[in-house]
Amino acid sequence: MSFNNTDRRNFLLRFGGVTGAALIQAHWPGILAAAQHGHEAAKSPQTQKFHVLTPEQAKEVDAISARIIPTDDQPGAREAGVVYFIDVALQTFASEKKPLYDKGIIEFNELTGKSFPGVASFSAATPEQQDKILTDVSAKQKSEERRFGRLPDAELDFFKTIIFHTVFGYLVDPSGGGNRDFVGWKTIGRDPAPSFSPPFGFYDKDYPGWQANAHETDKA
Amino acid sequence: MMQGKVSYKVSDEVDFVIVGSGAAGGVLAKELSTNGFRVVVLEQRPYLTENDFTHNEVKIFAERELTNHPKIQPNTFRKTAQDKTRTQQAVMYGRCVGGSSVHFTANFWRFHEIDFKEHSKVGDIPGATLSDWPISYTDLEPYYTKVEWEIGVSGLANASPFDPPRSKPYPMPPLPVKGSGVIFERAARKLGYHPFPAPMAILSQPRAGRDACMNCGFCLGFGCEVGAKSTALSTMIPMAEKTGRCEIRPNCYVHKIEMDANGHAKGVVYFDTKKNAHLQRAKAVIVSANGAETPRLLLLSSSSRFPNGLANSGGYVGKNLMPNSGAIAYGVFDEPLNDYKGFCVSRIFHDFYELDASKVGFHGGGGLDARFDLTPLGFATGAMPPDVPHWGAEFKKTLAHNFTRTMEIFCHGTSLPVETNSFSLDSEVKDAWGLPALRMTFRDHPDDLKLVTWMRDRALEILDAAGAKTKWASPISEQQFAVHLLGTCRMGNDPKTSVIDTNHRTHDVPNLFLCDGSSLVTSGRGQPTMTIQALSYRAADRITDLAKRGEIPS
Repeated sequence: MSFNNTDRRNFLLRFGGVTGAALIQAHWPGILAAAQHGHEAAKSPQTQKFHVLTPEQAKEVDAISARIIPTDDQPGAREAGVVYFIDVALQTFASEKKPLYDKGIIEFNELTGKSFPGVASFSAATPEQQDKILTDVSAKQKSEERRFGRLPDAELDFFKTIIFHTVFGYLVDPSGGGNRDFVGWKTIGRDPAPSFSPPFGFYDKDYPGWQANAHETDKA
Repeated sequence: MMQGKVSYKVSDEVDFVIVGSGAAGGVLAKELSTNGFRVVVLEQRPYLTENDFTHNEVKIFAERELTNHPKIQPNTFRKTAQDKTRTQQAVMYGRCVGGSSVHFTANFWRFHEIDFKEHSKVGDIPGATLSDWPISYTDLEPYYTKVEWEIGVSGLANASPFDPPRSKPYPMPPLPVKGSGVIFERAARKLGYHPFPAPMAILSQPRAGRDACMNCGFCLGFGCEVGAKSTALSTMIPMAEKTGRCEIRPNCYVHKIEMDANGHAKGVVYFDTKKNAHLQRAKAVIVSANGAETPRLLLLSSSSRFPNGLANSGGYVGKNLMPNSGAIAYGVFDEPLNDYKGFCVSRIFHDFYELDASKVGFHGGGGLDARFDLTPLGFATGAMPPDVPHWGAEFKKTLAHNFTRTMEIFCHGTSLPVETNSFSLDSEVKDAWGLPALRMTFRDHPDDLKLVTWMRDRALEILDAAGAKTKWASPISEQQFAVHLLGTCRMGNDPKTSVIDTNHRTHDVPNLFLCDGSSLVTSGRGQPTMTIQALSYRAADRITDLAKRGEIPS
């Protein structure tokens, strides 16, 4: 992985003399530039190889993830470099999911052929055809919801897994290897700045300051 | 004057060996070493510092840099002893120097008087082993104050009519209000409730060489890069080391308390990173390994003399697990809150702290907080409205619209103690060191589920009153996963129904002390760390007195 903003920030933090928060704020433009340079370098297809996905598999993963978070007037999974994130994930923290991908990609290609005779792979289908296939697959799934005191079921099928990995690669802090140029964050309105000062948004900007609850004088 | 860092040999018989460097172990290490004792703290995993902390969610959530890892430390779960166990992650806790305080939300509520004497007030509750504490809020009050001033807690004293008495104000003002706090405060007041600035263990002002919070937005789950979160790592550990009498030894997995022929602890056995075992000798052993690993260590230390595990003559080790109950409601508003900026919580209320069972039809109480505790990734995978697809153009559009406009109301509630809710050793599944895995047996007391359903409905009413454009709540279901690990070696005067006495000394072994979430007799209303630390300061005083009077045989 490239020399990213977090590495650089930590490098800077190891200098003494200035407190961490002030140092990060003072150096942020430079840190950001370094991070973006790294991402630009990584974006060039000539310089980036896949680690565990074959070129054919990468094409399918890219096509599926591009329908999970499509490109419209805002960048999608493709611009965030999600396929590269997934490739690294399958080599590292999600290596046990590689067989699921191997099998899932074959099944998605077969499903494409069944739904649209003559279309050899998911990536060869039109976006409309691809959405139809994914709609059919998701119709058979039950949804997972965040619940207090429950973890989501760890045994996810291929489609749920690639949805999770796509979202991960789209929105992860770029130090985690995805979300290139912060395109995912920019799309959802997450300012990439490293620190903030109040007011933060619309509702706190005119806050008049803490006013005691009516009961407090009674209590005293 | 900074002393050189001390390092002891395993053969050195130090005064105290402390298992665990978290909220409790950190306080005990600092206090006991300050009081002149020689202390070794053994921590399972690494000694990271502020410079090591990142926002890298791959490291945090996928590789579990700061927490227990289910691949090497599997858990098993079953609802009742009659059910078949299933291997699944059942607990999460901090596994680095500083423990769970490194990654916690930093909500820092004191327990109230009722939490210590609830049984006397409400009587027996069917299916629960509700018991009074052998100490009162008044006993603990000076220590609550000590915690607030020593670690640094932001808040506003007496802003809530439900607050228990306090001897001193907070050492610094509350953190700034967030959009979620403003919305919550206005709507809650409209409904007649009494919201107030959340007490948080995060610095609102620079203090003791530490920075104030810079509102980076990576708080829950992450280590603080500027030390603004008042963790054991940023506060107690450096103070302990400065005494020159306390060694923090990371990467030591303690798996046995070694006993001598007299039934006294002579030290603890740990694996180093190469899985070599070492015995660290000590005059007394303090276990602060959290409410899951503390009972597990006692059970792992069984012998012919203690066939059911150490300190377990009453059979209460691991019993009465109370993970707190909870529910989450979400609201989406017209304008951006940008609540991803900053720490998690800025406003709470305690109007439901003591609910009247004759009116609501169940026992329990709780508190509500207004928050946003999610990174973009956590938001997309956990906080989207239930009727929105999980992929495609509509998913993306809703994500882009909602991320800056969503807030949560988190309902925190009691867990009633139930004897069969427990941690024990799994009979089949082993961890990566070949030791029995932690097994959780748990089924919520029916009143706990009624309580959170009731509070969830009130939270939805608040979102309505606030003018939320859309609102929903996560479904209420029985819990199978715990982060508040409470009550499993409870304090009490009767050795038959408790594990430790009011000095935190085990009833069975005179030089073995336990102090962490396991010591709690009741669960409070959801925020245990403040009470764990107040207990730890008190325990350090008691243990110091005993040691100085020569009343700890070794």
